[in-house]
Amino acid sequence: MIIHHPLLGPRDSAEFTYLGDANLIDRPDWQDKKAADKFYEYQYLRNNPAGEHQELWYHEAGDRSWLVVTRNTVTHEITKVELARDVARARGRSK
Amino acid sequence: MRVTGKNSGRYSGLRVIKEALTGHRGWKPAWRDPEPQKEYDIIIVGGGGHGLATAHYLASKFNITSVAVIEKGWIGGGNVGRNTTIIRSNYLLDGNEPFYEFSLKLWEGLEQDVNYNAMVSQRGILNLIHTDGQRDAYRRRGNAMLLNGADAELLSAEQVRAECPFLNFDNNRFPIKGGLAQRRGGTVRHDAVAWGYARSADSFGVDIIQNCEATGFRIKNGKCSGVETSKGFIGAKKVGVAVAGNSGKVMSMAGMRLPIESHVLQAFVSEGLKPIIPGVVTFGAGHFYVSQSDKGGLVFGGDIDGYNSYAQRGNLPVVEDVCEGGMALMPMIGRARLLRMWGGIMDMSMDGSPIIDKTGIEGLYFNGGWCYGGFKATPGSGWVFAHLLANDEPHQTATELRFDRFQRGYMIDEKGSGAQPNLH
Amino acid sequence: MSDAMTGLNRLDGGLIDRSAELNFRFDGKSLEGYGGDTLASALLANGVRLMGRSFKYHRPRGVLSAGAEEPNAIVALREGAFTEPNTRATTAELFDGLVARSQNRWPSLAFDAMAVNDIMSDFLTAGFYYKTFMWPAKFWEKIYEPIIRHAAGLGALSGMSDPDCYDKGFLHCDLLIIGAGPAGLAAALTAGRSGARVIIADEDFLPGGRLNAETIAVGDAAGAEWAAQVAAELASMPNVRLMTRTTVIGAFDHGIYGAVERVTDHLATAPDGTARQVLWRIYSKRSILCAGSIERPIAFANNDRPGIMQAGALRAYANRWAVAAASEVAVFTNNDDGHRTASDLAAKGVKVTAIIDTRADAPDHGDAEVLAGACVTDSRGRLGLSKIKVRSADGSQRWIKCGALGVSGGWNPNVHLTCHQRGRPVWNEAIAAFVPGAVGPVGLSSAGAASGMFSTAAALTGGAVAAVNALGEIGIKAKAMAMPEAEDAPVSITAFWHVTGKGRAWLDQQNDVTVKDVKLAHQENFQSVEHLKRYTTLGMATDQGKTSNIAGLAVMAEIAGKTIPEVGTTIYRPPYTPTAIGAFGGRSRDETFRPVRLTPSHKWASEQGAVFVEVGMWMRAQWFPQAGETEWRQSVDREVLATRRSVGVCDVTTLGKIDVQGADAATFLNRIYCNGFAKLPVGKTRYGLMLREDGIVMDDGTTARLGETQFVMTTTTANAVGVFRHMEFARQCLWPDLDVQIISTTEAWAQFAVAGPNSRKVLEKIVDPAFDISNDAFPFMACGEITVCGGLRARLFRISFSGELAYEIAVPTRYGDALIRRLMEAGEEFDITPYGMEALGVMRIEKGHAAGNELNGTTTALNLGLGRMVSKTKDSIGSILSEREGLTRDDALIQVGFKPVDPNDPVVAGSHLMNIDDPANAAHDQGYITSAAYSPCLESSIGIGFLENGATRKGEIIRAMNPVEGSEIMVEVVSAHFVDPEGERLRA
Repeated sequence: MIIHHPLLGPRDSAEFTYLGDANLIDRPDWQDKKAADKFYEYQYLRNNPAGEHQELWYHEAGDRSWLVVTRNTVTHEITKVELARDVARARGRSK
Repeated sequence: MRVTGKNSGRYSGLRVIKEALTGHRGWKPAWRDPEPQKEYDIIIVGGGGHGLATAHYLASKFNITSVAVIEKGWIGGGNVGRNTTIIRSNYLLDGNEPFYEFSLKLWEGLEQDVNYNAMVSQRGILNLIHTDGQRDAYRRRGNAMLLNGADAELLSAEQVRAECPFLNFDNNRFPIKGGLAQRRGGTVRHDAVAWGYARSADSFGVDIIQNCEATGFRIKNGKCSGVETSKGFIGAKKVGVAVAGNSGKVMSMAGMRLPIESHVLQAFVSEGLKPIIPGVVTFGAGHFYVSQSDKGGLVFGGDIDGYNSYAQRGNLPVVEDVCEGGMALMPMIGRARLLRMWGGIMDMSMDGSPIIDKTGIEGLYFNGGWCYGGFKATPGSGWVFAHLLANDEPHQTATELRFDRFQRGYMIDEKGSGAQPNLH
Repeated sequence: MSDAMTGLNRLDGGLIDRSAELNFRFDGKSLEGYGGDTLASALLANGVRLMGRSFKYHRPRGVLSAGAEEPNAIVALREGAFTEPNTRATTAELFDGLVARSQNRWPSLAFDAMAVNDIMSDFLTAGFYYKTFMWPAKFWEKIYEPIIRHAAGLGALSGMSDPDCYDKGFLHCDLLIIGAGPAGLAAALTAGRSGARVIIADEDFLPGGRLNAETIAVGDAAGAEWAAQVAAELASMPNVRLMTRTTVIGAFDHGIYGAVERVTDHLATAPDGTARQVLWRIYSKRSILCAGSIERPIAFANNDRPGIMQAGALRAYANRWAVAAASEVAVFTNNDDGHRTASDLAAKGVKVTAIIDTRADAPDHGDAEVLAGACVTDSRGRLGLSKIKVRSADGSQRWIKCGALGVSGGWNPNVHLTCHQRGRPVWNEAIAAFVPGAVGPVGLSSAGAASGMFSTAAALTGGAVAAVNALGEIGIKAKAMAMPEAEDAPVSITAFWHVTGKGRAWLDQQNDVTVKDVKLAHQENFQSVEHLKRYTTLGMATDQGKTSNIAGLAVMAEIAGKTIPEVGTTIYRPPYTPTAIGAFGGRSRDETFRPVRLTPSHKWASEQGAVFVEVGMWMRAQWFPQAGETEWRQSVDREVLATRRSVGVCDVTTLGKIDVQGADAATFLNRIYCNGFAKLPVGKTRYGLMLREDGIVMDDGTTARLGETQFVMTTTTANAVGVFRHMEFARQCLWPDLDVQIISTTEAWAQFAVAGPNSRKVLEKIVDPAFDISNDAFPFMACGEITVCGGLRARLFRISFSGELAYEIAVPTRYGDALIRRLMEAGEEFDITPYGMEALGVMRIEKGHAAGNELNGTTTALNLGLGRMVSKTKDSIGSILSEREGLTRDDALIQVGFKPVDPNDPVVAGSHLMNIDDPANAAHDQGYITSAAYSPCLESSIGIGFLENGATRKGEIIRAMNPVEGSEIMVEVVSAHFVDPEGERLRA
């Protein structure tokens, strides 16, 4: 597969390490009253869609960027690649 | 006593001779193609190895014959139809080992049970050791296997060399320092498992309904009363789902998110060769394992591609990675040709171990999360799932294979790689 | 015409080089061929029709095809370790000295004892083995299976290491053209002239495809001549790469294709260092499949005799290789193409005894007697065809003499690559064949015969148009050139799959699958095309059904009363043709399987005669044997004792080192580690425990605070990469606005542990005087940036894995070798001793420090006896989930130490722990021993491990069971801190 890195252009997926669902960005608040349940769901449950999937890839053999790749799990077509940091910020994560 | 073969007649050497002499006119369909009835006691969603085994054991061991197996395509077309055929029970953890040993014992009597030669071949499996730490870990595992009533042998490098002289002992980047052997492990003719269970279940009156896709569950007030299918609604007192790589898709129709991701695992077969590899060998310093089929093909595989996929096909980097492992371990295979590569969808769970459990929905039961190890589990999975469906209680070997183990902190993580399915 | 005296079947003409006479051997017999021959053409030229035996019935088999689809003429090539089993004679280029042997026969090809299977064939029908061999159960492995396995398989591997080398390469192009027949050449010419970057690959050694096999003219030139001209022009274009002997084996995601180039397979010996084959990964923006088509046979009784072949192959042998397969030939066809064979052979002077055409309106070109509406019903000839039985339109039957029969059942476009991503081909009734479907690999189109356009003119035009279109999609303008004129015959075919009758009619010739087997499969409800394949093995041979699958499913369709598209095809999978496993492995084999990482002191350690051990990719010194030491334990014991008594030194560069900097560095580490780091003072080091988010221990190590905003973290060797990735994830995905940067400096610093009571004295000799490292100025857990040896910048950490007074000193990597030599010099007066991994391991076990065996991915801080380190007053990764019930059990496994009751007993890692009075089984398992060693200090074997409720069980005697090696000992539960439990030494 080829991942179009937002900074570096097209790169072979072999340069990357895969983590999984981009929802792993949405780490719950440790002080939430239901933190135990929320962390369980965050860590263990997956939508696992057959179709469009936002997922985290790490450019391990490259510039060490974490990327959010929007990829179809049935066709492997990639429609969007973003810096995970930008996605995280857009989802309200900061410090 | 019920006897397998009511519909298609008993199979035997004599029967083969008799049919040969009479123009093979007497062979009947191995299973019928019935239209679905309005309702069954139990519907199994998924006509793969596990689903068909469940039906066989429900009918033959639990006397429940009002059973339908519904399959969206043709039976045995998923992972039981394309895998590397290995059976073994060389597990470490208490949550797993009794179950896999139970399954291995069922393999040992499978052919007589279902009256179908699935070529269960106990040629042994050998996990190679390349470091001292690995030997410690395999010793612990071997001891766990023996303490659970399975068989295990820890071999020295010399013993491994005597048994497998074709391995790369002289110039290996990661020298072979020994191995953990399970002699009762081996291989099985995978398609025959699906067909044998199907024929047996059919002969007990189970309806195997091919080309019948589950499109939804009828759930009211937390209770499941049947399955919507491409052939219409079929009612059931209980519904068991055994759809492996499609677990996420199917269970989402019941509103469930699972601790499972679907990944692609590739496997490979070479052209037919005269016998050269006696049993199953796994490389401990790369991603490669191999056996040789009765037909002569080297059947081998390695790691999953590593990304979520429902595509049933993989990519070159893993093909190369696996073949590199093969060439590192047994460079005699360089001149053998890879004939075919294929990919299957693996239901990779969050701790690498399966789930056979009730769901939060009454009457809906789940069997999945087999990762890439579902084939060896087929008989055990079928029996244990049948037990759960029949008695509403887990089988004694499957008490830990539950959904809630993640929330409660009782993971069964053989590899110790945590909640990242592609590492298991 | 053929030379009757010598049996040579050479004709005039052809694309062979008669000046290059090549000697070769087949089954020991010396034969001669010419440059440009394949093994198959040369064998046929020598009158050899019998080339192999079938898989199951061991029927005599000759060549069926002239290409990669060959199911029958499969031989073992070369000798010894170079033996290459299952090689298709049709694609093996002849070279001088070639040695080939037939396979799967005993004692000889002409007399094969296993042919008895053929007589038994009624008993060996499809799937018979599923119905028998079940009694008694134990007989399977001992009797039945060995017999079956011995009989099965085709060729044999030598069992020796493959002596050739292989390579991998990467290519990029705008347009990849797969196949260099008329369509491919036209496409390449069009694209090449536009300036686009073009790769055109063909599996053959001669570009041209069917143009080389036909007498068709292109423009004013013979087809082959035109092909040669175009190939020459392409070869001269700098933007075009024409790759012959290169098979595109698979279409992968995003325009990536795998291709294998056979670089030296056509040579007697490969030049030194030249790879035998190269696996190319081709990155293409667009691609065009111009892979042509494969002619399919028609099944009839005994249609598998040597001499019966594709009509197009018969023609190819005559036209390209100037070989008549026999002096008298006949043709059996259901389409016009078969007549070409008759015309071409007749023109070459070969006697065509009849053209049997299934169509009532068969054309008659006057080349031979045409039997319209007729079919071939049987054949004779023990080891080669001698005559065929023909049923005429009126039902009358007669025998016709012929040594070869060309059969044409129509042509199947080579749709394979269009289906490699699970696309399905679609049925085209006009040509009675499947053509590429609408959904294929993105960017791949098809042209010529591969797209179902069979005429030469259509191939030329189609190729050019496809190139213009494909390039247009990526913004490259190409001009569609006018193509030379060529034949443009319409396809005239009436589908005809098999001749009905009593005898066995072969579909899959290699696997011996006949029409009867398909009928039986249907009868037993193996009706799905996948069931059919798996039950009968149709299409599972080395040719993957290239000449058999479509006919097989057509027969199934006929029996089931369905249409062919309703029955559908099985799935096409890579590789297109079988590919040497070695090619996929490339250079990654033997010692070069994976890279080797060497420590900065490696050269020095080698000079000392160190024994090295693989630690991940690293090679580390395991111990340093000295004169007189005959056993490794002697060396290790000496290294441990010398370190504990005086001073030792060990290269610890392999541990991961991560530099963490930024205003929020402390906050960041406070979240990465479960214990507190925010308040660590500058100049201090702290042990940190890192959890995964699931609460399980991920890694541990020490982290030093070099400044307000700078930390240096160490990780274990094994987890260096994973920890860094994890920290980048936390930094970029979880807390993107924290002001923190990290970089791995593992390779930047050479680091040595200097341990033992005299370690300070040694270091004082090399640390520059400006730096005070006395116990007061530089106490336990101190750290600092210093200089050594007169100004070399260095980092010093007072940390200890051994439990002794110890330091770790780091210098830029390039000074690592110099530093170890200086340290040895400085330490000479203290008998400084280098120690390796084993001594390091012994000392850490003596101290009860956890390492890889304990941090096995399933253990918690609680298990390690470090439960209280997990802070509940801050957010850190893993803290929430570490509180789950299963991870906080009262009876949790706790790390403790073990001493054998009998000091002579060895403690063995991997032993399971049992209470003395309990039965020894899994239900009573109390834990396990993780690490064990002989402690020369305690003069006893010792171990550490995890024991249920271990913290409260000190002094208990329990069983350490190791049944897998037949041993069991009694051990006493003790503290894991065997040496200096109060830690006085390391603070000294």
